[in-house]
Amino acid sequence: MVLPSSHSRAGAVADLRYSILSLVAQSFRGNTAWRPVWREPEPKPAYDVVIVGGGGHGLSTAYYLAKEHGIGSIAVVEKSWIGSGNVGRNTTVIRSNYLDHANIPFYEWSLKLWEGLEQDINYNAMVSQRGVLMLYHSDAQRDALARRGNAMRLNGVDAELLDRDAVRRLVPILDFDNARFPIHGGLLQPRGGTVRHDAVAWGYARAADSRGVDIIQNCEVTGITVENGRAVAVETTRGKLHARKIGLACAGNSSRVAALAGLRLPIESHVLQAYVSEGIKPLVPNVITFGAGHFYISQSDKGGLIFGGDIDGYNSYAQRGSTPMIEDVMEGGVSLIPTLSRLRMLRSWGGIMDMSMDGSPIIDKTPIEGLYLNAGWCIGGFKATPAAGWCFAHTIARDAPHELNAAFRLDRFAAGHLIDERGAGAQPNLQ
Amino acid sequence: MVDAASNKPARAAAEFAPVRQTAAAPSAASPYRLATGGIVDRSAPLLFSFDGRNYGGLRGDTLASALLANGVRLVGRSFKYHRPRGILAAGSEEPNALVELREGARREPNTRATVAELYEGLAAVSQNRWPSLWFDCMAVNSLFSPIIGAGFYYKTFMWPASFWEKLYEPMIRRAAGLGRAAGMPDPDTYEKAFAHCDVLVIGSGPAGLMAALAAGRAGARVILCDEDFEFGGRLLAECRDIDGRPCAQWAGSLLAELASLPEVRMLKRTTVFGAYDHGVYAAIERVADHLATPSPHMPRQRVWNIVAKRTVLAAGAIERPLVFGNNDRPGVMLGGAVRAYLNRFAVKPGTRAVVFANNDDAVATLLDLAAAGISVQACVDPRGADAGVVRAAAQRIGTRFVNGAVVRARGGHRLRAVDVSAVAEPWHKLTFPCDLLAMSGGWSPSVHLSSHLGGRPQWSDALAAFVPGPLPRGMSVAGAAAGEFGLAACLAGGAKAGAEAAGDCGFAAKPVAMPGIGPEPIGIAALWRVRAKRGKAFVDFQNDVTVSDIELAEREGFRAVEHLKRYTTLGMATDQGKTANVNGLAIMAELTEKTIPATGATRFRPPYTPVAIGALAGHHRRKDFKPTRLTPGHAWAQEQGAVFMETGLWLRAQYFPQPGDNSWLDACNREVTATRNAVGVCDVSTLGKIDLQGTDAGLFLDRLYANAMSSLPVGRARYGLMLREDGFVLDDGTVSRLAEDHFFVTTTTANAARVMQHMDFCHQVLWPDLDVQFVSVSDQWAQYSLAGPKAREVLQKLVDGQHDISNTAFPYMAAGEVTVGGGVPARLFRISFSGELAYEISVPARFGDAVIRAVVAAGAPLGIRPYGLEALSVMRIEKGHVGGAEINGQTTARDLGLERMVSSKKDFIGRVMAGRPALLAPDRPAFVGFKSVGDGAIGAGAHFLPVGAEPSARNDEGHVTSVAYSPTLGHLVGLGLLKGGSKRLGEKMRAYDPLRGRDTLIEVCSPVFYDPEGARLRA
Ligand SMILES: Cc1cc2nc3c(=O)[nH]c(=O)nc-3n(C[C@H](O)[C@H](O)[C@H](O)COP(=O)(O)OP(=O)(O)OC[C@H]3O[C@@H](n4cnc5c(N)ncnc54)[C@H](O)[C@@H]3O)c2cc1C
Repeated sequence: MVLPSSHSRAGAVADLRYSILSLVAQSFRGNTAWRPVWREPEPKPAYDVVIVGGGGHGLSTAYYLAKEHGIGSIAVVEKSWIGSGNVGRNTTVIRSNYLDHANIPFYEWSLKLWEGLEQDINYNAMVSQRGVLMLYHSDAQRDALARRGNAMRLNGVDAELLDRDAVRRLVPILDFDNARFPIHGGLLQPRGGTVRHDAVAWGYARAADSRGVDIIQNCEVTGITVENGRAVAVETTRGKLHARKIGLACAGNSSRVAALAGLRLPIESHVLQAYVSEGIKPLVPNVITFGAGHFYISQSDKGGLIFGGDIDGYNSYAQRGSTPMIEDVMEGGVSLIPTLSRLRMLRSWGGIMDMSMDGSPIIDKTPIEGLYLNAGWCIGGFKATPAAGWCFAHTIARDAPHELNAAFRLDRFAAGHLIDERGAGAQPNLQ
Repeated sequence: MVDAASNKPARAAAEFAPVRQTAAAPSAASPYRLATGGIVDRSAPLLFSFDGRNYGGLRGDTLASALLANGVRLVGRSFKYHRPRGILAAGSEEPNALVELREGARREPNTRATVAELYEGLAAVSQNRWPSLWFDCMAVNSLFSPIIGAGFYYKTFMWPASFWEKLYEPMIRRAAGLGRAAGMPDPDTYEKAFAHCDVLVIGSGPAGLMAALAAGRAGARVILCDEDFEFGGRLLAECRDIDGRPCAQWAGSLLAELASLPEVRMLKRTTVFGAYDHGVYAAIERVADHLATPSPHMPRQRVWNIVAKRTVLAAGAIERPLVFGNNDRPGVMLGGAVRAYLNRFAVKPGTRAVVFANNDDAVATLLDLAAAGISVQACVDPRGADAGVVRAAAQRIGTRFVNGAVVRARGGHRLRAVDVSAVAEPWHKLTFPCDLLAMSGGWSPSVHLSSHLGGRPQWSDALAAFVPGPLPRGMSVAGAAAGEFGLAACLAGGAKAGAEAAGDCGFAAKPVAMPGIGPEPIGIAALWRVRAKRGKAFVDFQNDVTVSDIELAEREGFRAVEHLKRYTTLGMATDQGKTANVNGLAIMAELTEKTIPATGATRFRPPYTPVAIGALAGHHRRKDFKPTRLTPGHAWAQEQGAVFMETGLWLRAQYFPQPGDNSWLDACNREVTATRNAVGVCDVSTLGKIDLQGTDAGLFLDRLYANAMSSLPVGRARYGLMLREDGFVLDDGTVSRLAEDHFFVTTTTANAARVMQHMDFCHQVLWPDLDVQFVSVSDQWAQYSLAGPKAREVLQKLVDGQHDISNTAFPYMAAGEVTVGGGVPARLFRISFSGELAYEISVPARFGDAVIRAVVAAGAPLGIRPYGLEALSVMRIEKGHVGGAEINGQTTARDLGLERMVSSKKDFIGRVMAGRPALLAPDRPAFVGFKSVGDGAIGAGAHFLPVGAEPSARNDEGHVTSVAYSPTLGHLVGLGLLKGGSKRLGEKMRAYDPLRGRDTLIEVCSPVFYDPEGARLRA
């Protein structure tokens, strides 16, 4: 079998540069010149790299493989439409306010990539750095956040410890007077914020497509062919695709897809719900995390309040949750922000989380040659999208992890090199 | 006037200006109210206001019907283009008529006027407009619509990057959003309730009523819910006869029978909003929303969790708008809504009408309009020969029938005319003046709840609609929700579904006679959009999604239904696309030349209609967010003036201030000193307590704890260390052996539940064969710590004489049962956290208050002082005990310097994993003490850096876990986790704390600052 070593650029179509000028110019021509943001190519029989999973991580990996490593022939195969998984279901919070020195530089690199993303991919994903505030309600919580904030500062990351008055000036709508767990203060990361999640998938898809990446939708991987310890092809609902290298970026479905190659992952799948309110005029200025309950919130540019809490707590592949967690989250919400009470929850949904055994991700090679793994993102992989793609691309292209993801090893659980931010242990429903 | 499509708005304004009411004569003059008919109560006039003007309405009105009765047509503005909008529908699907209802702290933005039940004094204002509803500056947006079409924001606002947060985004945010939040705490209360039933019937239209009746007569426990404030569904809105009686009357007698059935519970104003696994349905009951304010002790709303064996979904259908130019003008209304306003509310929604439909529903609309005396200018139908019944109906009422389509509505704030293109003469445009257009694009079954668990609706070409696909277990669908559009079919389908559901629950069906109904036509020919490029043709009214937006989405490749939704925001508004989704999908199918099923089907997500967040929270808010746990000694501590702090759910005394104290530190120092010099008492009732009995109790504890417990002699206590399965420390506490097969365990306050859970798991899952029973007794025992050189003296006054508690009879780490105060049972443990001679005494909770008072009285002559958590914590730091900051889930026994407690002779949970190589690495941060050098401040959370090293992650050597000022030693003492741990005693380091602007020199030392030999606690 002959694999094509370089890819003939298949005439990417999203070549119209986006800007206010192009918008105005197109409006005079009846907006008829806009072209598909990505092509819909037929799968080819062979690629240099096949990425399984058209979520944020899969698409960004493909983009950086093409851009940073000059790999010519890349396909992203997605079982449904791109962005149908967690990248289109999350609550869009980005931040690098981590505790562990293995995590902070990675998430900080991600934040830096977010900061330059729109210019890089010429797509406005509405990266909005309006600050992430984690509240504390006791001296013990303050001390833990101080430890975290200082760890961030040691890594050159922005962090500020606010007292109660400073929090009140920042977000006066919180309950400062009647709370069961009074707010004592908060840890603020001013550079944290939110990003429009769908736009991340579309923007990366467009940028990857314009570098020749084939994005193949409605193409489910149903098998991984392993010959002599080496992964050589994926079987899909649209035929068999040979590949020199195969990268898995399947988030909630990681365990199932890895099992196709006979791998058993240290991951459980759990459901996490999220909620959006009806649109209202600006109310919540930044991202706020309640320290005394499972609740965090931000407001989208469209006006909807976007909020969530903890995972439902049982293993599931169904993208839906149940009422006890809904009520728990609403209780937290109304307790933190009393005026939420008369606003209405408009929609709720669930996504499947790939919960790892220490709450931190895996970006690594696998025991099977040519097969690479990006998984274990738990409830927080959206913010990682740029860096995860960047590091995964590096790991695939160079056959070795980058310094930034060197700690995210698959074998760390056996060795004990855990990255357990919460100290919850190997119990995914607590991570 | 900024309104692209209206050439003479001023005239329109004058012609149709709402009639202003005076407070004195509210309803009499409602100019559009019919003299007879409807189910409004003409003897109950109500006064209400909209945008500051007073109007009159009737009991039984919605805000929408009352506004229409007063001639108010302009009610809102759209989201993006700020187009003037009126009332489209008569139910919860309304996309346009959103208002801010109520005032002050009770303000509810985005309330649909079509479901807001009128009450005396109702006040509503329009929203998302400035400066006024009539003149809204933001309507200029319309002019830029070619630029600001679907997804325009993804293509611009990128330069320069820093402008996004500073300029573009604030601008967008201010413009976006709909109504305003109250900004104040909600004065009302909410409730949660649970119910179980055999058959849940959702919807009380003809199908739902028959289903409830069939199941109810069979004897099943039935719950019937309807979102409306009257039962009957479409029967209230239509002019049909059933069994020779008007259908609303017929429904009345059926409802009377249902009310008489003891096992049938009827919940009106109750929307079933979500279907969940295992037959759970969530519903919201609007208990008091039809009142100005809830009566005392009445919740505003109640959330139900209904567990149903079987469910009949009879939620009816939602009418679709037709898509043509300016189809959003106030006065363009759904045909079914027009009939509802005429027949149910006795309101004329206009004076001159045109009917435009692609289905036989137009027949009823034509006849009802004529019956109400509204002149119908034309009846427009795109169907040719198939429209026979409609043509005949038009003829009957003397209306011109046009085989064609409305291509454009004219008017600005108010519909003035429609342009019609006839099939026969497409070049010749007809214009019909009118102020009401009754349109119908066909009906979409309300399949929402059928798809909440993932079942995709299926397309029916015959009905031109989605019908329910795979159903949640236990659900059946009846009536219009199942695509049975004829009344006879609804009644029959409902009766059948109800009987079957009851049958499945074991109730034999009793016969339900089918009433007699005349025939009715239900023909339809799909018309998804009128292809004429004149004016904006709206698909999603609220989010201003037009046909051009869908065309753009198609052009750009957003063709999958979910891409279409997300890119254009179709169906993402507060109405969740109830009137928009099918049209949008069908237009995409046309554009891509695919079938509708090949294009996709929307999956619906809960809730069916938006639900107040406060209702879902129920009572759990403010101080009641979580239960507050108080110890038996709480009242006593309060009397002593204690300052309390939250520890988990508990309130614990933090310190006991006295007059003259400058700060909490004065109190804390005093309490420490008193304890160290004389005696102090502290309420430690919050510790987790678990009582274990059984012949295998010792073995069980051996497996749970890292150290051995079965070897513990009766009458002795031991400090215990528990690991998680993964080898990290879970908790520490004490284990006492009260008898051969009886142990008493304490855990930390923080981990009480977690340890109990862990024990339950281990016993139930890992070792069910062990003979051990255990129960949490945390709340059953009050426990006090008596510490200090005079502790024994105090205790001797309390413990009954027959118990010898001398140092020889009751030495350090003794434990036993005693009595106090003349026979009160108690448990005494000679354990010490403070490092002093100390006891913990435990009494049944009901004696807790008396005993603390007795202790203090007995100790008074010896100088006893109560001490709080601050002093407790200072003394444990002085003594070098690990606490919550050290047992943080990330530390091993080795890290904490507790490896000598870990048995090598037995197996226990966590042993294997604790041996993983990285957990044995010599450079893991380990437990040390430190003291300040000089007088700089130090806070927990500071990191250890070598002196002179550049602050960086690479140089980070650990962190400060606990710090306190030691009144005993006269300087700061601290604990921390430092790389290399005890190998570094004597080294100078920095406690680096940039967050608080501190960088302080410290010296590493042993964590045990006080009485390292332990002489005092053995005294
Ligand atoms: C409710 C919720 C809230 C969240 N909030 C946040 C947040 O605020 N901040 C944050 O950082 N993170 C958040 N997350 C987590 C974050 O969304 C995920 O960690 C991240 O999106 C996962 O990476 P991804 O985008 O590549 O995943 P996905 O988008 O899930 O991509 C995986 C893709 O793989 C595809 N796939 C699966 N199996 C196959 C197969 N056999 N063949 C082909 N394709 C396949 C799936 O269809 C899917 O499209 C949240 C998640 C949820 C559900």
